[in-house]
Amino acid sequence: MAGTAWRSAVSQVVGALKKESLQPRTFTRGIHTVTLIPGDGIGPEISTAVMKIFEVAKAPIQWEERNVTAIQGPGGKWMIPPDAKESMDRNKIGLKGPLKTPIAAGHPSMNLLLRKTFDLYANVRPCASIEGYQTPYTDVNLVTIRENTEGEYSGIEHVIVDGVVQSIKLITEQASQRIAEYAFEYAKNNQRASVTAVHKANIMRMSDGLFLRTCREAAEKHKDVKFNEMYLDTVCLNMVQDPSQFDVLVMPNLYGDILSDLCAGLIGGLGVTPSGNIGANGVAIFESVHGTAPDIAGKDMANPTALLLSAVMMLRHMGLHGHAQKIETACFDVIRDKKALTKDLGGNSKCSEFTDAICQRVRELV
Amino acid sequence: VNVYFNWSLQPPPARYGGRHTVTLIPGDGIGPELAKHVCELFRFCCVPVDFEVVDVDSSMASEDDIDDAIMAIRRNGVALKGNIETNHNLPPSYKSRNNLLRTTLDLYANVMHCQSLPGVRTRHRKIDIMIVRENTEGEYSSLEHENVPGVVECLKIITKTKSLRIADYAFQTARAKGRRLVTAVHKANIMKLGDGLFLECCKEVASGYPEISFESMIVDNTTMQLVSRPQQFDVMVMPNLYGNVVSNVCAGLVGGPGLVPGANYGENYAVFETGTRNTGKSIANSNTANPTAMLLASCLLLDHLKLHDYASMIRRAVLSTLTETKLHTADLGGQGSTSEVLQRVMNAVQSTGPRTLSM
Repeated sequence: MAGTAWRSAVSQVVGALKKESLQPRTFTRGIHTVTLIPGDGIGPEISTAVMKIFEVAKAPIQWEERNVTAIQGPGGKWMIPPDAKESMDRNKIGLKGPLKTPIAAGHPSMNLLLRKTFDLYANVRPCASIEGYQTPYTDVNLVTIRENTEGEYSGIEHVIVDGVVQSIKLITEQASQRIAEYAFEYAKNNQRASVTAVHKANIMRMSDGLFLRTCREAAEKHKDVKFNEMYLDTVCLNMVQDPSQFDVLVMPNLYGDILSDLCAGLIGGLGVTPSGNIGANGVAIFESVHGTAPDIAGKDMANPTALLLSAVMMLRHMGLHGHAQKIETACFDVIRDKKALTKDLGGNSKCSEFTDAICQRVRELV
Repeated sequence: VNVYFNWSLQPPPARYGGRHTVTLIPGDGIGPELAKHVCELFRFCCVPVDFEVVDVDSSMASEDDIDDAIMAIRRNGVALKGNIETNHNLPPSYKSRNNLLRTTLDLYANVMHCQSLPGVRTRHRKIDIMIVRENTEGEYSSLEHENVPGVVECLKIITKTKSLRIADYAFQTARAKGRRLVTAVHKANIMKLGDGLFLECCKEVASGYPEISFESMIVDNTTMQLVSRPQQFDVMVMPNLYGNVVSNVCAGLVGGPGLVPGANYGENYAVFETGTRNTGKSIANSNTANPTAMLLASCLLLDHLKLHDYASMIRRAVLSTLTETKLHTADLGGQGSTSEVLQRVMNAVQSTGPRTLSM
């Protein structure tokens, strides 16, 4: 239809003009300041562990610690402390530990607040089997890229009549374009061969149909990356039988939530899975996705692997591949050795012992 | 005693000399060949079932075919069906035929029993999960609109009546089969009103079954638990979309789409099919499809018609065939063909002694 073609052409031009730089910034010289949000529970101890390992690895990172407890701004609107926001806007890169959301706090979850403040539209979770940590699945090597701002999690719900509730799933062309573009850029920058769009357009014809169309359009612009589309149920079915067939997966919010946790389960759980959130204006916050584990907080029992691997992801995003490789190799070597594992990995070492083992290995690798 | 629906779903009375008439919808992809195999096997075993075949052409824009199929199912009360393909590149006015069938006949419960089968090698052992999935509302309500160009809204509807109905079905099933635990799967931390209502209904029904434990779990945690420790689950109840995800994950865990049968129950009708509802387009007509799922679905059909002896006989034969690794079809990692599997099933039936047609 002529109208659709015209609209899509206009939106493409506008998109090109507004396009934020999605290339990873290459930090080739100097020390780079990164905002560090230690978080709650085991957050501070695993952040200390990561900082120690980075120091030993001589990574050119300077940490700026900030706190993000929600405060009420003028007009009663909940927001993060202005110094945290200012630091993040200045540094653009952040590393975050687990945050707790108190149940009757009256404010939305901290993660949601951060997401809205920095418009973190893409949640990226690379899932690769860890050699030393055995799970029934040994050949996982995929990345889930999940749209993080709309979809089923728009929070728009109404009670129509007593006993009938509707939840609205929102799919917009703009958000879908953004995430599709990011998926292909990520694939290119990380030497990934193919991108798979996950959808349920046979049932949700218009919404997932729109998502799928924008993915196809983005695929046209990136002919060097293979593109295919697959139904959500087929992906789930094949994922638990043979995860090696998947590479980069891009999808709307809900499917992304379920699939990224499914893939995390394949490689060993949230304690070893890294995650990154990409936002508008070049902001990127890398985080560990596990909980605050208040029962082991302060007892030197926590496992810093998730936060460490997220920090490694951060280094790669910044172009510091040498340091990233060193730290990652050291971490995997220590896990493979099985001599200094924390309790959740099957050993009985302390967090500090595990960290020291990694530091030692880093020194050997330098 | 809370009775939210008519649990004792009576099968339609047998007609014409004790023979039942069952609607058969072959569908697309591997559907037609599997339907043919079921007919052959039933005739061989002298099962008192006659099939009324209704073809549904998925390429036609008019809904006459599916309307005919629905009328046939209303007439006969019970059906066996293959998956009808939905071309998702067609405009939204073309609705999924399978979904239309389910919602028009109000087949509100989709039941899939995933269990580890002997002879099939999988990463996890001793899985025995019964999935009860709401089949008519939720995200599959097909209510979508584009208010502003480029902004699409899709409505997910959760109602109290249907949630109570499916929860009661799950608990009744658990009680009837002697199961200990029912787990409700949801995302009520995000969809507070929608999934919150579903969860409340489950809790309300649970209070009426004190001998069965009730738990709830968020869907993303559920998938993580399923791939690490699936043995912890017993009966699971959930809304439509999560049911789609969880049933496919469980089917993958026990060996794939070729093994698990599925059943759709309504207050007046029952339709049986393969559990994961695949058309298998890429392997159609190559004699490589795994007939196990469809054959086990036909056993569920026979159980529903209270022809239990025939059901057990065929089920025993199918499961014993599964233990023969050299007959495994491609989806199980072997090179066997569909016809070889079927021949072996017929041999197994004949060797157990009942009256069969000459081969």
